[in-house]
Amino acid sequence: MNRYPWWKYAILAITLLVGLVYTLPNFFGEAPAVQVSSAKATLKVDAALVPRIEQVLVGAGIKPDFVQLEGSSVRARFFDTDTQIKAKDAITKALNPEADNPSYIVALNLVSRSPAWLSRAHAMPMYLGLDLRGGVHFLMQVDMKSALTKRAESLTGDIRTLLREKNIRHAGVRRDGNTVELRFREAATLTTARNLLSDQMPDLAWAESSDGAELKLVGTLKPEAARRVQDQALKQNITTLHNRVNELGVAEPVIAQQGVDRVVVQLPGVQDTAKAKDIIGRTATLELRMVNDSTEAQEALRGNGPVPFGSDRFVERGGAPLIVFRQVQLTGENLTDAQPGFDGQTQEPAVHLTLDAKGSRVFRDLTRENIGKRMAILLFEKGKGEVVTAPVIRSEIGGGRVQISGRMTTTEAADVSLLLRAGSLAAPMEIIEERTIGPSLGAENITKGFNSVLYGFIAIAVFMCLYYMVFGVFSTLALAFNLLLLIALLSMLQATLTLPGIAAIALVLGMAIDSNVLINERVREELRGGAAPQQAISVGYERAFGTIFDSNITTLIAGLALLAFGSGPVRGFAVVHCLGILTSMLSSVMFSRGLVNLWYGRQKRLKGVSIGQVWKPAPPAGPTRPAVKA
Amino acid sequence: MEFFRIRRDIRFMRHAMVLNAISFITFAAAVFFIATRGLHLSVEFTGGTLVEVEYAQTADINRTRANVEALGLGEVQVQKFGTSRDVLIRMPVRGEVKQAELSSRVFEALCSAEQGRTSIKQYTTPQGEQVSRPACDAAGGEPVTLKRTEFVGPSVGAELYENGAYALLATIAGIMMYLAFRFEWKFAVAGIVANLHDVIIILGFFAFFQWEFSLAVLAAVLAVLGYSVNESVVIFDRVRESFRKYRKMSTSETIDHAITSTISRTVITHGSTLMMVVSMLVFGGPTLFYFALALTIGILFGIYSSVFVAAAIVMWLGVKREDLVKTTTGRDVDPDDPNAGAVV
Repeated sequence: MNRYPWWKYAILAITLLVGLVYTLPNFFGEAPAVQVSSAKATLKVDAALVPRIEQVLVGAGIKPDFVQLEGSSVRARFFDTDTQIKAKDAITKALNPEADNPSYIVALNLVSRSPAWLSRAHAMPMYLGLDLRGGVHFLMQVDMKSALTKRAESLTGDIRTLLREKNIRHAGVRRDGNTVELRFREAATLTTARNLLSDQMPDLAWAESSDGAELKLVGTLKPEAARRVQDQALKQNITTLHNRVNELGVAEPVIAQQGVDRVVVQLPGVQDTAKAKDIIGRTATLELRMVNDSTEAQEALRGNGPVPFGSDRFVERGGAPLIVFRQVQLTGENLTDAQPGFDGQTQEPAVHLTLDAKGSRVFRDLTRENIGKRMAILLFEKGKGEVVTAPVIRSEIGGGRVQISGRMTTTEAADVSLLLRAGSLAAPMEIIEERTIGPSLGAENITKGFNSVLYGFIAIAVFMCLYYMVFGVFSTLALAFNLLLLIALLSMLQATLTLPGIAAIALVLGMAIDSNVLINERVREELRGGAAPQQAISVGYERAFGTIFDSNITTLIAGLALLAFGSGPVRGFAVVHCLGILTSMLSSVMFSRGLVNLWYGRQKRLKGVSIGQVWKPAPPAGPTRPAVKA
Repeated sequence: MEFFRIRRDIRFMRHAMVLNAISFITFAAAVFFIATRGLHLSVEFTGGTLVEVEYAQTADINRTRANVEALGLGEVQVQKFGTSRDVLIRMPVRGEVKQAELSSRVFEALCSAEQGRTSIKQYTTPQGEQVSRPACDAAGGEPVTLKRTEFVGPSVGAELYENGAYALLATIAGIMMYLAFRFEWKFAVAGIVANLHDVIIILGFFAFFQWEFSLAVLAAVLAVLGYSVNESVVIFDRVRESFRKYRKMSTSETIDHAITSTISRTVITHGSTLMMVVSMLVFGGPTLFYFALALTIGILFGIYSSVFVAAAIVMWLGVKREDLVKTTTGRDVDPDDPNAGAVV
């Protein structure tokens, strides 16, 4: 009766094996490595970079453990730190010929020392949280109100242009908070305007009202449009942050959305919050200037003369130099959006720019006066300018909708629009939470967490083995199996392990032994009641299961509530807690039963089981003591 | 080895009055302390800035406090943290001070008090990781190092507080629903009352000693809530089983029997969980200390409340055999039932 079918043993064996494989990388420790990632939004790191880096290393006489592409970066692992630093210097020199304008970020990093076959099986060590590895954490709140205001402002400009184009006479268009207010003198014009606007401005919902003699038409952003605006603002801010954080040369920055309007930035290894904040908070500026095409300028380009007075020499993306006037015609403040797309007539790839009211006015005048000339859009970052694009003006452009097309591929169009957008934040951000953890504190936390688990485990193991003998050994093995599974699961999911997470591991182990105590006590009770050993084991496990299930459910309810409402450190605790409850169900019931079945199940005439002393009360029991046990 | 050699059922319910009086007094005291002293909420809940520094020598708390107070940041708390060299400085949110720069200002002040100058140190650890951190350079090395800083905006704090309350409510509602579904409403009420009593008592301890109540402690409280409900579940399970098996026993006798037969298991499981938690208390360091402490108190009171309080409440709510044992067929009808009559 205490036999498992072979497939149950097979499941257990496979689980054990998988658990072992995925836990293994955690034991190898970390090795020094060099990580190469892209420093520019337009440059993608791909597999082609791997042989290039290998070549550089061979040239420098350095032998790496491996060079491989992982996600969007290439990593090379080395035996010791000396080689690592030598390699970093060699790679930096080879990949970034211009030291002040790097294309690649070459950073020192740590990677798992585990053998290649484990990495190929995607078996990686647990991902440590900042409180265990040291670093800085920012939580930033995006000011969505200003994103909406900005959008309303640009819509106001669009409406003005639209009404003028269609010759609809209005008594004023203005923005009031996040709504657009139109005034009319006649009801008929209002109706025409309303029909036109409902058709052309799908983002706004219109309502009529009257204010004395004047008729008013009020447009409010539709909820879904507002949501889209907020979504885009958040995405753009994240993109911008990515570009900026790249400069810090952090090996594994985390920049992620949290909730509807928040962004988390985590920079492992950085404790210098001042510099980090400086870079995160910096604003890149976008400028529109005219290109100087005079003969002196042409001469200067050829290197035959000085750069003309009032002009500067810039390099266009892609390499060609340009002479550009110093006078700034427009700045990025007037640019509300830039999107890649296609030319309506030629179907060529294009970049569509949207300017606000002031921007469109200036742009119209500028284009009217400079037909046939070239303008340049420059991106200034860290005080250094780069010409993003320099198109020729073909005609007067009014209305604030600008299209740049010609000699562009679709990827180029996407890159240019990204650069134009990435220069600025869509909405201002404010740091609402900040944490720095020193590197020594991180290491200390790991040791302390590890020690708590270790000594607690030992104490429980010793007690269980003494109190329940062989069954105690089985319980201890089941507990060890639980720990193994939990660590394997955490490594597999690459869930972030924090100090509260380690505490949760300890707590889960302390709670998981509960199930085994329950089982052992039940078996003892059955033996006390006079059941045959095999019978006692079988009934004990069966009866205990209901209780184990109940108790795990209640614990799981608390865990899930924490997971749903917790944030930050509590989340880390909750994830491990919930996973641990699930693994403990498997280990304490199925795994320990498997061990018991293997040990005792085959013996037909089992005389006794080693479960410690089973004390039996003297026969004349008290009046309430039942005489017969079921 | 067998710790519990109980010959006959212990008449717990005979002392139900006394036991419940004890818990009621503890409970009332806890409520009193929470009401009068309040919880010492951590920076996570209140918002504010926290700086942990480590001195090369034993720290002089009063000097550190004087240095920080000289900055005029309002009510500043300075205390030792873990070892004698670690100092924790807490600062409240103040409108006029730029919170984001507070930690660096404090570190600068502490550093200059030690005749040092702050700078940014960049180096590669022996493991090969790049690190850049603010450091305090003085003649004799680094007299003080910045270990950790934390800044939480007031809005985040309020939100965490709210979410914590939601988590507690969700846990209570979830467990009650489960118990009601699994047993009977009387058990659900008894289980939740007993365990809320634990939660209040933990909070009472934190209020009385003014221990810091952080997010981690809240997690511990909820974990304890889920955990000690187990205990009630185990006893309720036994109560139901005993009702089925021993028809002649009265309700209080049945409950006594259920408690007696599970007491060994109760003490041993809580004991082993406690071993783990105490290990955390001893080896986990100052960060895990209050977390482990909350668990320790919770587990100790968990045993008491689920054994004595929950069962007694169930009894007083008037649980009957019929509540748990469905009398659907005539065979199952209690012959002693005065309402028993002719069965068609």
